[in-house]
Amino acid sequence: MSALDQTPAAPLTAQTDAERALAAGIAPRRWGSWYVAEHRLRGMKGYLPDAIFQSFGNPLIYLFALGVGLASLVPQGVGGVSYLQFVAPALMATAAMTIAANETSYPIMAGFKWNPIFFAMNAAPISPAQIVNGTMIQLAIRIVVTVAIYFGIIILFGAVPSPAGWVAIFAATLTGLAIGAAQASYTSTITEDKGQMAMLQRFAITPLFLFSGTFFPLEQLPLWLQPLGWASPLWHGTELGRVFSYGLQEPLWLTVTHVGYLVVLFAVGLWATHRHFARRLNK
Amino acid sequence: MPHPVISARQLTKTYGDFTAVDAIDFDVAPGESFGLLGPNGAGKSTTMRMVGAVSTRTGGELSILGLDPNQHGPDIRSQLGVVPQQDNLDQELRVRDNLLVYGRYFGLPRKVIAERADSLLEFAQLTDRAKAKVDDLSGGMKRRLTIARALINEPRILLLDEPTTGLDPQARHILWDRLFRLKERGTTLVLTTHYMDEAEQLCDRLVVVDKGRIMAEGSPAALIREYSSKEVLEVRFGSDKNAEAALSLAGVGERLEVLPDRILVYSDNGEAALEAITRLGLEPITSLVRRSSLEDVFLRLTGRSLIE
Repeated sequence: MSALDQTPAAPLTAQTDAERALAAGIAPRRWGSWYVAEHRLRGMKGYLPDAIFQSFGNPLIYLFALGVGLASLVPQGVGGVSYLQFVAPALMATAAMTIAANETSYPIMAGFKWNPIFFAMNAAPISPAQIVNGTMIQLAIRIVVTVAIYFGIIILFGAVPSPAGWVAIFAATLTGLAIGAAQASYTSTITEDKGQMAMLQRFAITPLFLFSGTFFPLEQLPLWLQPLGWASPLWHGTELGRVFSYGLQEPLWLTVTHVGYLVVLFAVGLWATHRHFARRLNK
Repeated sequence: MPHPVISARQLTKTYGDFTAVDAIDFDVAPGESFGLLGPNGAGKSTTMRMVGAVSTRTGGELSILGLDPNQHGPDIRSQLGVVPQQDNLDQELRVRDNLLVYGRYFGLPRKVIAERADSLLEFAQLTDRAKAKVDDLSGGMKRRLTIARALINEPRILLLDEPTTGLDPQARHILWDRLFRLKERGTTLVLTTHYMDEAEQLCDRLVVVDKGRIMAEGSPAALIREYSSKEVLEVRFGSDKNAEAALSLAGVGERLEVLPDRILVYSDNGEAALEAITRLGLEPITSLVRRSSLEDVFLRLTGRSLIE
Protein backbone atom coordinates (compact mmCIF):
# COMPACT_ATOMS: atom_id res chain seq x y z
CA MET A 1 0.00 0.00 0.00
CA SER A 2 1.45 3.32 -0.99
CA ALA A 3 1.74 6.18 1.43
CA LEU A 4 -0.94 8.10 -0.41
CA ASP A 5 -3.60 5.42 -0.20
CA GLN A 6 -3.61 5.38 3.55
CA THR A 7 -6.78 6.86 4.94
CA PRO A 8 -6.13 9.37 7.67
CA ALA A 9 -6.49 8.06 11.19
CA ALA A 10 -9.03 9.46 13.61
CA PRO A 11 -9.01 13.27 13.60
CA LEU A 12 -6.03 14.55 15.54
CA THR A 13 -6.45 17.14 18.21
CA ALA A 14 -4.45 20.34 18.16
CA GLN A 15 -2.39 18.95 21.01
CA THR A 16 -1.18 15.93 19.06
CA ASP A 17 -0.70 18.11 15.96
CA ALA A 18 1.69 20.30 17.91
CA GLU A 19 3.43 17.28 19.39
CA ARG A 20 3.86 15.71 15.98
CA ALA A 21 5.28 18.95 14.60
CA LEU A 22 7.72 19.30 17.48
CA ALA A 23 8.90 15.71 17.04
CA ALA A 24 9.27 16.07 13.25
CA GLY A 25 11.21 19.29 13.68
CA ILE A 26 14.02 17.69 15.65
CA ALA A 27 15.96 16.06 12.78
CA PRO A 28 15.85 19.09 10.44
CA ARG A 29 16.89 21.42 13.26
CA ARG A 30 19.87 19.20 14.01
CA TRP A 31 20.93 18.03 10.55
CA GLY A 32 19.48 20.65 8.20
CA SER A 33 22.87 22.03 7.15
CA TRP A 34 23.99 18.55 6.11
CA TYR A 35 20.83 18.02 4.06
CA VAL A 36 21.62 21.23 2.20
CA ALA A 37 25.22 20.11 1.62
CA GLU A 38 23.91 16.78 0.30
CA HIS A 39 21.59 18.59 -2.12
CA ARG A 40 24.37 20.84 -3.37
CA LEU A 41 26.81 17.96 -3.81
CA ARG A 42 24.15 16.20 -5.86
CA GLY A 43 23.74 19.34 -7.92
CA MET A 44 27.45 19.14 -8.82
CA LYS A 45 26.66 16.24 -11.15
CA GLY A 46 25.99 18.82 -13.82
CA TYR A 47 29.53 20.20 -13.77
CA LEU A 48 31.42 17.13 -12.55
CA PRO A 49 33.76 16.96 -15.58
CA ASP A 50 34.75 20.59 -14.93
CA ALA A 51 35.35 19.89 -11.25
CA ILE A 52 37.49 16.85 -12.04
CA PHE A 53 39.56 18.80 -14.54
CA GLN A 54 40.03 21.50 -11.93
CA SER A 55 41.26 18.85 -9.48
CA PHE A 56 43.70 17.03 -11.76
CA GLY A 57 44.26 19.16 -14.83
CA ASN A 58 44.99 22.53 -13.24
CA PRO A 59 47.75 21.32 -10.90
CA LEU A 60 49.47 19.44 -13.71
CA ILE A 61 49.41 22.47 -15.99
CA TYR A 62 50.60 24.88 -13.31
CA LEU A 63 53.29 22.59 -11.95
CA PHE A 64 54.70 21.96 -15.39
CA ALA A 65 54.61 25.61 -16.41
CA LEU A 66 56.04 26.94 -13.15
CA GLY A 67 58.10 24.01 -11.94
CA VAL A 68 59.69 23.11 -15.22
CA GLY A 69 59.43 26.40 -17.12
CA LEU A 70 59.67 29.36 -14.76
CA ALA A 71 61.81 27.50 -12.19
CA SER A 72 64.63 27.21 -14.70
CA LEU A 73 64.99 31.02 -14.54
CA VAL A 74 65.27 30.88 -10.75
CA PRO A 75 67.91 28.15 -10.28
CA GLN A 76 68.90 29.53 -6.86
CA GLY A 77 65.32 29.04 -5.57
CA VAL A 78 63.59 31.35 -3.09
CA GLY A 79 64.39 31.66 0.60
CA GLY A 80 66.47 28.49 0.70
CA VAL A 81 64.03 26.17 -1.11
CA SER A 82 63.53 25.40 -4.79
CA TYR A 83 61.15 27.63 -6.73
CA LEU A 84 58.70 24.76 -7.09
CA GLN A 85 58.74 24.14 -3.34
CA PHE A 86 58.20 27.86 -2.79
CA VAL A 87 55.27 28.13 -5.17
CA ALA A 88 53.52 24.80 -4.40
CA PRO A 89 51.67 25.90 -1.19
CA ALA A 90 50.64 29.09 -2.98
CA LEU A 91 49.15 27.06 -5.81
CA MET A 92 47.14 25.00 -3.33
CA ALA A 93 45.78 28.11 -1.63
CA THR A 94 45.04 29.66 -5.01
CA ALA A 95 43.13 26.56 -6.12
CA ALA A 96 41.06 26.82 -2.93
CA MET A 97 40.39 30.50 -3.61
CA THR A 98 39.34 29.83 -7.20
CA ILE A 99 36.81 27.20 -6.15
CA ALA A 100 35.48 29.45 -3.40
CA ALA A 101 35.17 32.38 -5.79
CA ASN A 102 33.24 30.23 -8.28
CA GLU A 103 30.95 28.51 -5.80
CA THR A 104 29.96 31.72 -4.02
CA SER A 105 29.32 33.84 -7.12
CA TYR A 106 26.59 32.79 -9.55
CA PRO A 107 25.46 29.74 -7.57
CA ILE A 108 24.44 32.03 -4.67
CA MET A 109 22.67 34.50 -6.90
CA ALA A 110 21.00 31.67 -8.83
CA GLY A 111 19.62 30.18 -5.62
CA PHE A 112 17.61 33.35 -5.12
CA LYS A 113 16.85 34.21 -8.70
CA TRP A 114 17.26 31.85 -11.65
CA ASN A 115 16.99 28.53 -9.85
CA PRO A 116 15.36 29.73 -6.62
CA ILE A 117 15.96 26.61 -4.54
CA PHE A 118 16.78 28.62 -1.41
CA PHE A 119 13.11 29.55 -1.14
CA ALA A 120 12.14 25.89 -1.55
CA MET A 121 14.58 24.82 1.18
CA ASN A 122 13.24 27.50 3.51
CA ALA A 123 9.63 26.44 2.83
CA ALA A 124 10.74 23.04 4.19
CA PRO A 125 12.00 23.08 7.79
CA ILE A 126 15.43 24.49 6.81
CA SER A 127 16.47 27.88 8.24
CA PRO A 128 18.35 30.54 6.26
CA ALA A 129 21.44 29.99 8.44
CA GLN A 130 21.34 26.25 7.69
CA ILE A 131 21.19 26.98 3.96
CA VAL A 132 24.33 29.12 4.30
CA ASN A 133 26.09 26.57 6.49
CA GLY A 134 25.21 23.73 4.12
CA THR A 135 26.61 25.73 1.24
CA MET A 136 29.83 26.22 3.23
CA ILE A 137 30.02 22.51 4.05
CA GLN A 138 29.74 21.63 0.38
CA LEU A 139 32.37 24.26 -0.40
CA ALA A 140 34.70 22.83 2.26
CA ILE A 141 34.26 19.29 0.94
CA ARG A 142 34.95 20.36 -2.61
CA ILE A 143 38.02 22.33 -1.59
CA VAL A 144 39.47 19.56 0.60
CA VAL A 145 39.08 16.98 -2.16
CA THR A 146 40.58 19.23 -4.83
CA VAL A 147 43.45 20.47 -2.69
CA ALA A 148 44.24 16.96 -1.43
CA ILE A 149 44.56 15.76 -5.02
CA TYR A 150 46.69 18.81 -5.76
CA PHE A 151 48.85 17.93 -2.76
CA GLY A 152 49.29 14.36 -4.00
CA ILE A 153 50.47 15.57 -7.38
CA ILE A 154 52.82 18.09 -5.75
CA ILE A 155 54.33 15.24 -3.70
CA LEU A 156 54.98 13.39 -6.97
CA PHE A 157 56.88 16.46 -8.17
CA GLY A 158 58.93 16.26 -4.95
CA ALA A 159 57.86 19.75 -3.89
CA VAL A 160 56.94 19.10 -0.23
CA PRO A 161 60.06 18.64 1.88
CA SER A 162 58.41 18.82 5.34
CA PRO A 163 56.70 15.78 6.93
CA ALA A 164 54.03 18.17 8.26
CA GLY A 165 53.31 19.23 4.68
CA TRP A 166 49.82 17.73 4.64
CA VAL A 167 48.67 20.43 7.08
CA ALA A 168 48.94 22.82 4.11
CA ILE A 169 45.76 21.14 2.79
CA PHE A 170 43.87 22.59 5.74
CA ALA A 171 45.62 25.94 5.49
CA ALA A 172 44.39 26.14 1.90
CA THR A 173 40.89 25.01 2.88
CA LEU A 174 40.67 27.66 5.58
CA THR A 175 41.79 30.24 3.02
CA GLY A 176 39.07 29.13 0.61
CA LEU A 177 36.37 29.20 3.28
CA ALA A 178 37.38 32.67 4.46
CA ILE A 179 37.30 34.05 0.92
CA GLY A 180 34.09 32.14 0.14
CA ALA A 181 32.25 33.45 3.20
CA ALA A 182 33.42 37.00 2.53
CA GLN A 183 32.33 36.86 -1.10
CA ALA A 184 29.01 35.17 -0.26
CA SER A 185 28.20 38.00 2.14
CA TYR A 186 28.32 40.30 -0.88
CA THR A 187 26.80 38.08 -3.59
CA SER A 188 23.85 37.23 -1.33
CA THR A 189 22.82 40.90 -1.53
CA ILE A 190 22.81 41.08 -5.34
CA THR A 191 19.32 41.13 -6.82
CA GLU A 192 20.12 42.29 -10.35
CA ASP A 193 23.01 40.96 -12.42
CA LYS A 194 24.83 44.08 -13.61
CA GLY A 195 28.16 42.39 -14.19
CA GLN A 196 29.18 42.46 -10.51
CA MET A 197 30.61 38.94 -10.75
CA ALA A 198 33.00 39.93 -13.54
CA MET A 199 34.01 43.01 -11.53
CA LEU A 200 34.71 40.83 -8.48
CA GLN A 201 36.88 38.56 -10.58
CA ARG A 202 38.72 41.46 -12.18
CA PHE A 203 39.21 43.76 -9.20
CA ALA A 204 39.34 41.34 -6.26
CA ILE A 205 40.23 37.77 -7.16
CA THR A 206 42.81 38.44 -9.90
CA PRO A 207 44.75 41.10 -7.91
CA LEU A 208 44.70 38.77 -4.91
CA PHE A 209 46.15 36.05 -7.11
CA LEU A 210 48.97 38.29 -8.32
CA PHE A 211 49.86 40.36 -5.25
CA SER A 212 49.69 37.89 -2.38
CA GLY A 213 53.24 36.61 -2.44
CA THR A 214 52.06 33.83 -4.70
CA PHE A 215 54.81 33.78 -7.35
CA PHE A 216 57.37 35.94 -5.54
CA PRO A 217 57.84 36.93 -1.90
CA LEU A 218 55.78 39.91 -0.82
CA GLU A 219 59.02 41.71 0.16
CA GLN A 220 59.87 42.02 -3.55
CA LEU A 221 57.08 44.57 -3.88
CA PRO A 222 57.75 48.24 -3.07
CA LEU A 223 56.96 48.95 0.56
CA TRP A 224 53.84 50.98 -0.26
CA LEU A 225 52.29 47.99 -2.08
CA GLN A 226 53.02 45.49 0.65
CA PRO A 227 49.97 46.34 2.82
CA LEU A 228 47.90 45.00 -0.08
CA GLY A 229 49.44 41.62 0.68
CA TRP A 230 48.93 41.93 4.43
CA ALA A 231 45.24 42.57 3.85
CA SER A 232 45.00 39.64 1.47
CA PRO A 233 43.57 36.40 2.87
CA LEU A 234 45.41 34.60 0.10
CA TRP A 235 48.75 35.92 1.41
CA HIS A 236 47.95 34.76 4.95
CA GLY A 237 46.83 31.38 3.66
CA THR A 238 49.85 30.97 1.42
CA GLU A 239 52.34 31.89 4.15
CA LEU A 240 50.56 29.54 6.53
CA GLY A 241 50.85 26.75 3.96
CA ARG A 242 54.57 27.49 3.52
CA VAL A 243 55.17 27.18 7.26
CA PHE A 244 53.93 23.60 7.11
CA SER A 245 55.01 22.56 3.65
CA TYR A 246 58.70 23.59 3.85
CA GLY A 247 59.12 25.15 7.28
CA LEU A 248 59.15 28.83 6.28
CA GLN A 249 60.90 30.72 9.08
CA GLU A 250 58.67 33.37 10.58
CA PRO A 251 57.85 34.50 14.15
CA LEU A 252 55.17 32.49 15.90
CA TRP A 253 52.97 35.57 16.36
CA LEU A 254 52.84 35.96 12.60
CA THR A 255 51.72 32.34 12.11
CA VAL A 256 49.05 32.87 14.76
CA THR A 257 48.03 36.08 12.96
CA HIS A 258 47.59 34.16 9.70
CA VAL A 259 45.22 31.70 11.34
CA GLY A 260 43.41 34.44 13.30
CA TYR A 261 42.97 36.64 10.22
CA LEU A 262 41.44 33.81 8.20
CA VAL A 263 39.21 32.61 11.05
CA VAL A 264 37.91 36.13 11.73
CA LEU A 265 37.29 36.79 8.03
CA PHE A 266 35.39 33.51 7.78
CA ALA A 267 33.37 34.20 10.94
CA VAL A 268 32.43 37.75 9.95
CA GLY A 269 31.61 36.68 6.39
CA LEU A 270 29.45 33.84 7.65
CA TRP A 271 27.63 36.08 10.12
CA ALA A 272 26.90 38.68 7.46
CA THR A 273 25.77 36.02 4.97
CA HIS A 274 23.39 34.56 7.55
CA ARG A 275 21.84 37.98 8.00
CA HIS A 276 21.51 38.65 4.29
CA PHE A 277 19.91 35.26 3.64
CA ALA A 278 17.43 35.72 6.49
CA ARG A 279 16.52 39.19 5.25
CA ARG A 280 15.80 37.97 1.73
CA LEU A 281 14.05 34.73 2.60
CA ASN A 282 11.95 35.90 5.56
CA LYS A 283 10.87 39.37 4.51
CA MET B 1 -15.66 24.47 14.22
CA PRO B 2 -13.39 21.69 15.56
CA HIS B 3 -10.05 22.87 16.92
CA PRO B 4 -8.67 24.94 14.02
CA VAL B 5 -5.34 24.01 12.40
CA ILE B 6 -4.76 27.64 11.48
CA SER B 7 -5.94 30.57 13.55
CA ALA B 8 -5.19 34.22 12.78
CA ARG B 9 -6.23 37.20 14.89
CA GLN B 10 -5.55 40.77 13.80
CA LEU B 11 -2.77 39.34 11.62
CA THR B 12 -0.81 42.24 10.16
CA LYS B 13 2.19 42.66 7.87
CA THR B 14 3.63 46.02 6.94
CA TYR B 15 6.60 46.92 4.74
CA GLY B 16 7.62 50.42 5.75
CA ASP B 17 4.53 52.58 5.18
CA PHE B 18 2.78 49.96 3.12
CA THR B 19 0.31 47.66 4.87
CA ALA B 20 0.15 44.42 2.89
CA VAL B 21 -2.08 42.55 5.35
CA ASP B 22 -4.31 44.67 7.55
CA ALA B 23 -5.44 43.04 10.79
CA ILE B 24 -7.25 40.01 9.38
CA ASP B 25 -8.99 37.26 11.37
CA PHE B 26 -9.66 33.75 10.09
CA ASP B 27 -9.68 30.12 11.17
CA VAL B 28 -9.17 26.98 9.12
CA ALA B 29 -10.63 23.67 10.34
CA PRO B 30 -8.82 20.35 9.88
CA GLY B 31 -9.69 18.77 6.53
CA GLU B 32 -11.22 21.97 5.28
CA SER B 33 -10.49 23.49 1.90
CA PHE B 34 -10.08 27.19 2.53
CA GLY B 35 -9.53 29.89 -0.07
CA LEU B 36 -8.33 33.46 -0.20
CA LEU B 37 -9.93 35.11 -3.22
CA GLY B 38 -8.80 38.52 -4.36
CA PRO B 39 -7.09 40.48 -7.10
CA ASN B 40 -3.31 40.73 -7.50
CA GLY B 41 -1.76 42.75 -4.69
CA ALA B 42 -4.59 42.03 -2.23
CA GLY B 43 -2.14 40.55 0.32
CA LYS B 44 -2.91 36.89 -0.41
CA SER B 45 0.67 35.78 -1.00
CA THR B 46 1.94 37.68 2.02
CA THR B 47 -0.70 35.96 4.14
CA MET B 48 0.35 32.60 2.71
CA ARG B 49 4.00 33.28 3.50
CA MET B 50 3.10 34.09 7.09
CA VAL B 51 0.98 30.93 7.35
CA GLY B 52 3.90 29.06 5.73
CA ALA B 53 6.07 30.22 8.67
CA VAL B 54 8.64 31.92 6.47
CA SER B 55 7.55 35.55 6.72
CA THR B 56 7.51 37.11 10.18
CA ARG B 57 4.29 38.94 11.06
CA THR B 58 4.40 42.58 12.08
CA GLY B 59 1.45 42.31 14.46
CA GLY B 60 -1.42 40.20 15.72
CA GLU B 61 -1.57 36.53 16.62
CA LEU B 62 -1.00 33.50 14.44
CA SER B 63 -1.18 29.87 15.42
CA ILE B 64 -0.47 26.97 13.05
CA LEU B 65 -1.19 23.47 14.41
CA GLY B 66 -1.29 25.04 17.85
CA LEU B 67 2.22 26.52 17.53
CA ASP B 68 3.47 30.08 17.09
CA PRO B 69 5.55 30.40 13.88
CA ASN B 70 7.82 32.97 15.55
CA GLN B 71 9.19 30.27 17.85
CA HIS B 72 8.41 27.09 15.95
CA GLY B 73 8.99 27.84 12.28
CA PRO B 74 10.90 24.64 11.42
CA ASP B 75 8.49 22.46 13.46
CA ILE B 76 5.45 23.94 11.74
CA ARG B 77 7.06 23.71 8.31
CA SER B 78 7.73 20.00 8.91
CA GLN B 79 3.94 19.56 8.71
CA LEU B 80 3.27 21.80 5.70
CA GLY B 81 3.36 21.27 1.98
CA VAL B 82 3.99 24.46 0.03
CA VAL B 83 3.23 25.13 -3.62
CA PRO B 84 4.50 28.66 -4.28
CA GLN B 85 3.21 31.00 -6.92
CA GLN B 86 6.46 30.69 -8.85
CA ASP B 87 7.84 27.18 -9.36
CA ASN B 88 11.08 26.70 -7.44
CA LEU B 89 12.02 23.18 -8.47
CA ASP B 90 15.74 22.54 -8.81
CA GLN B 91 16.27 22.79 -12.55
CA GLU B 92 19.72 21.25 -12.23
CA LEU B 93 18.23 17.98 -10.97
CA ARG B 94 16.04 15.49 -12.77
CA VAL B 95 12.35 15.02 -11.98
CA ARG B 96 12.60 12.17 -9.48
CA ASP B 97 15.79 13.55 -7.91
CA ASN B 98 13.85 16.70 -7.03
CA LEU B 99 11.60 14.59 -4.82
CA LEU B 100 14.48 12.62 -3.31
CA VAL B 101 16.45 15.71 -2.36
CA TYR B 102 13.41 17.50 -0.97
CA GLY B 103 12.34 14.58 1.19
CA ARG B 104 15.69 14.78 2.98
CA TYR B 105 14.83 18.26 4.22
CA PHE B 106 12.22 16.69 6.47
CA GLY B 107 14.72 14.24 7.91
CA LEU B 108 12.98 11.28 6.26
CA PRO B 109 14.92 8.05 5.69
CA ARG B 110 16.03 7.52 2.09
CA LYS B 111 14.01 4.32 1.74
CA VAL B 112 10.77 6.01 2.77
CA ILE B 113 11.46 8.92 0.43
CA ALA B 114 12.14 6.59 -2.51
CA GLU B 115 8.83 4.76 -1.97
CA ARG B 116 6.86 7.97 -1.62
CA ALA B 117 8.60 9.49 -4.64
CA ASP B 118 7.37 6.66 -6.85
CA SER B 119 3.77 6.83 -5.67
CA LEU B 120 3.78 10.63 -5.90
CA LEU B 121 5.11 10.54 -9.46
CA GLU B 122 2.21 8.27 -10.26
CA PHE B 123 -0.21 10.61 -8.51
CA ALA B 124 1.21 13.54 -10.50
CA GLN B 125 1.03 11.47 -13.72
CA LEU B 126 4.76 11.92 -14.23
CA THR B 127 6.02 8.34 -13.85
CA ASP B 128 7.24 8.20 -17.44
CA ARG B 129 9.05 11.53 -17.00
CA ALA B 130 10.93 10.46 -13.84
CA LYS B 131 14.34 10.84 -15.47
CA ALA B 132 13.51 13.92 -17.51
CA LYS B 133 15.13 17.28 -16.88
CA VAL B 134 12.84 19.74 -15.13
CA ASP B 135 13.41 22.26 -17.92
CA ASP B 136 11.90 19.87 -20.44
CA LEU B 137 8.56 19.66 -18.62
CA SER B 138 5.52 21.70 -19.67
CA GLY B 139 4.12 24.33 -17.32
CA GLY B 140 1.36 22.02 -16.14
CA MET B 141 3.82 19.17 -15.49
CA LYS B 142 6.09 21.46 -13.47
CA ARG B 143 3.13 22.49 -11.32
CA ARG B 144 2.18 18.85 -10.76
CA LEU B 145 5.77 18.03 -9.84
CA THR B 146 5.78 20.97 -7.41
CA ILE B 147 2.60 19.60 -5.84
CA ALA B 148 4.11 16.10 -5.67
CA ARG B 149 7.18 17.58 -3.99
CA ALA B 150 4.97 19.42 -1.49
CA LEU B 151 3.39 16.07 -0.54
CA ILE B 152 6.64 14.19 0.13
CA ASN B 153 6.30 14.77 3.90
CA GLU B 154 2.59 13.80 3.95
CA PRO B 155 1.67 17.29 5.13
CA ARG B 156 -1.22 18.09 7.45
CA ILE B 157 -1.81 21.30 5.52
CA LEU B 158 -1.14 21.98 1.85
CA LEU B 159 -0.63 25.65 0.94
CA LEU B 160 -1.20 26.53 -2.71
CA ASP B 161 -0.48 30.05 -3.92
CA GLU B 162 -2.20 30.68 -7.26
CA PRO B 163 -1.86 27.02 -8.24
CA THR B 164 -3.14 27.30 -11.81
CA THR B 165 -2.11 30.81 -12.85
CA GLY B 166 -0.49 30.69 -16.26
CA LEU B 167 -1.75 27.22 -17.17
CA ASP B 168 -3.89 26.39 -20.18
CA PRO B 169 -7.47 25.18 -19.53
CA GLN B 170 -6.68 21.50 -19.97
CA ALA B 171 -3.72 21.63 -17.59
CA ARG B 172 -5.88 23.48 -15.07
CA HIS B 173 -8.53 20.78 -15.15
CA ILE B 174 -5.96 18.02 -14.62
CA LEU B 175 -4.58 19.95 -11.66
CA TRP B 176 -8.02 20.58 -10.17
CA ASP B 177 -8.73 16.86 -10.42
CA ARG B 178 -5.53 16.06 -8.47
CA LEU B 179 -6.32 18.67 -5.82
CA PHE B 180 -9.86 17.39 -5.52
CA ARG B 181 -8.49 13.92 -4.79
CA LEU B 182 -6.32 15.32 -2.01
CA LYS B 183 -9.35 17.07 -0.57
CA GLU B 184 -11.28 13.81 -0.63
CA ARG B 185 -8.46 12.18 1.32
CA GLY B 186 -8.86 14.76 4.04
CA THR B 187 -5.82 16.95 3.40
CA THR B 188 -6.40 20.49 4.62
CA LEU B 189 -6.02 22.80 1.62
CA VAL B 190 -5.39 26.51 1.81
CA LEU B 191 -5.26 28.22 -1.54
CA THR B 192 -5.15 31.68 -2.99
CA THR B 193 -6.59 32.43 -6.36
CA HIS B 194 -7.95 35.23 -8.46
CA TYR B 195 -9.99 32.78 -10.51
CA MET B 196 -13.56 32.58 -9.26
CA ASP B 197 -14.18 29.25 -10.98
CA GLU B 198 -11.19 27.78 -9.18
CA ALA B 199 -12.47 29.05 -5.84
CA GLU B 200 -15.93 27.64 -6.58
CA GLN B 201 -14.54 24.26 -7.57
CA LEU B 202 -12.12 23.75 -4.73
CA CYS B 203 -13.08 25.78 -1.69
CA ASP B 204 -15.49 24.75 1.05
CA ARG B 205 -15.16 28.21 2.48
CA LEU B 206 -13.37 31.34 1.46
CA VAL B 207 -12.59 34.89 2.35
CA VAL B 208 -12.72 37.67 -0.19
CA VAL B 209 -9.70 39.90 0.34
CA ASP B 210 -8.93 43.31 -1.07
CA LYS B 211 -6.18 45.75 -0.10
CA GLY B 212 -5.08 43.60 2.82
CA ARG B 213 -8.56 43.37 4.35
CA ILE B 214 -11.18 40.64 4.48
CA MET B 215 -14.33 41.89 2.76
CA ALA B 216 -16.54 38.84 3.28
CA GLU B 217 -16.38 35.25 4.41
CA GLY B 218 -18.46 32.14 3.72
CA SER B 219 -18.97 29.20 1.38
CA PRO B 220 -19.07 30.11 -2.31
CA ALA B 221 -22.84 29.43 -2.41
CA ALA B 222 -23.51 31.43 0.76
CA LEU B 223 -21.48 34.38 -0.48
CA ILE B 224 -23.37 34.38 -3.75
CA ARG B 225 -26.69 34.14 -1.89
CA GLU B 226 -25.75 36.98 0.40
CA TYR B 227 -24.13 39.40 -2.01
CA SER B 228 -25.72 38.62 -5.34
CA SER B 229 -28.94 37.48 -6.97
CA LYS B 230 -29.58 33.98 -8.26
CA GLU B 231 -29.09 34.99 -11.85
CA VAL B 232 -27.40 37.72 -13.82
CA LEU B 233 -28.51 39.15 -17.11
CA GLU B 234 -25.70 40.60 -19.20
CA VAL B 235 -26.79 43.02 -21.89
CA ARG B 236 -24.70 44.99 -24.36
CA PHE B 237 -25.88 48.05 -26.20
CA GLY B 238 -22.51 49.02 -27.71
CA SER B 239 -19.62 50.61 -25.88
CA ASP B 240 -20.79 54.23 -26.07
CA LYS B 241 -24.47 53.48 -25.44
CA ASN B 242 -24.31 51.32 -22.30
CA ALA B 243 -24.27 54.20 -19.82
CA GLU B 244 -27.17 55.93 -21.57
CA ALA B 245 -29.25 52.74 -21.75
CA ALA B 246 -28.59 52.09 -18.07
CA LEU B 247 -30.54 55.25 -17.19
CA SER B 248 -33.70 53.75 -18.72
CA LEU B 249 -33.10 50.42 -17.03
CA ALA B 250 -33.54 51.71 -13.49
CA GLY B 251 -36.05 49.50 -11.72
CA VAL B 252 -35.33 46.42 -13.82
CA GLY B 253 -33.97 43.63 -11.62
CA GLU B 254 -32.74 44.18 -8.08
CA ARG B 255 -29.56 46.02 -8.95
CA LEU B 256 -27.54 47.21 -11.94
CA GLU B 257 -23.81 47.24 -12.51
CA VAL B 258 -22.63 49.29 -15.48
CA LEU B 259 -19.31 48.15 -16.88
CA PRO B 260 -17.57 49.77 -19.86
CA ASP B 261 -18.55 46.94 -22.21
CA ARG B 262 -21.84 45.69 -20.76
CA ILE B 263 -24.54 46.14 -18.16
CA LEU B 264 -25.12 43.49 -15.50
CA VAL B 265 -28.69 43.20 -14.32
CA TYR B 266 -28.99 41.29 -11.05
CA SER B 267 -32.25 39.43 -10.78
CA ASP B 268 -33.50 36.08 -9.53
CA ASN B 269 -35.15 35.62 -12.89
CA GLY B 270 -32.91 36.71 -15.74
CA GLU B 271 -35.37 35.87 -18.52
CA ALA B 272 -38.06 37.97 -16.88
CA ALA B 273 -35.62 40.87 -16.60
CA LEU B 274 -34.80 40.55 -20.29
CA GLU B 275 -38.51 40.63 -21.14
CA ALA B 276 -38.91 43.75 -19.01
CA ILE B 277 -36.09 45.42 -20.96
CA THR B 278 -37.70 44.50 -24.27
CA ARG B 279 -41.02 45.88 -23.02
CA LEU B 280 -39.26 49.19 -22.37
CA GLY B 281 -38.52 49.27 -26.08
CA LEU B 282 -34.79 48.76 -25.70
CA GLU B 283 -32.99 46.30 -27.94
CA PRO B 284 -29.64 45.07 -26.63
CA ILE B 285 -27.14 43.86 -29.27
CA THR B 286 -26.48 40.73 -27.22
CA SER B 287 -27.99 39.33 -24.08
CA LEU B 288 -26.99 36.44 -21.82
CA VAL B 289 -28.55 34.98 -18.71
CA ARG B 290 -26.17 33.18 -16.37
CA ARG B 291 -25.90 32.08 -12.76
CA SER B 292 -24.31 34.47 -10.30
CA SER B 293 -20.66 33.81 -9.57
CA LEU B 294 -18.01 34.91 -7.10
CA GLU B 295 -16.93 37.49 -9.66
CA ASP B 296 -20.27 39.21 -9.03
CA VAL B 297 -19.72 38.99 -5.28
CA PHE B 298 -16.33 40.63 -5.68
CA LEU B 299 -17.74 43.32 -7.94
CA ARG B 300 -20.44 44.05 -5.40
CA LEU B 301 -18.00 44.20 -2.50
CA THR B 302 -15.27 46.27 -4.09
CA GLY B 303 -16.77 47.88 -7.14
CA ARG B 304 -13.95 46.36 -9.14
CA SER B 305 -13.37 43.28 -11.24
CA LEU B 306 -11.10 40.47 -10.04
CA ILE B 307 -8.90 40.35 -13.11
CA GLU B 308 -7.96 43.83 -14.14
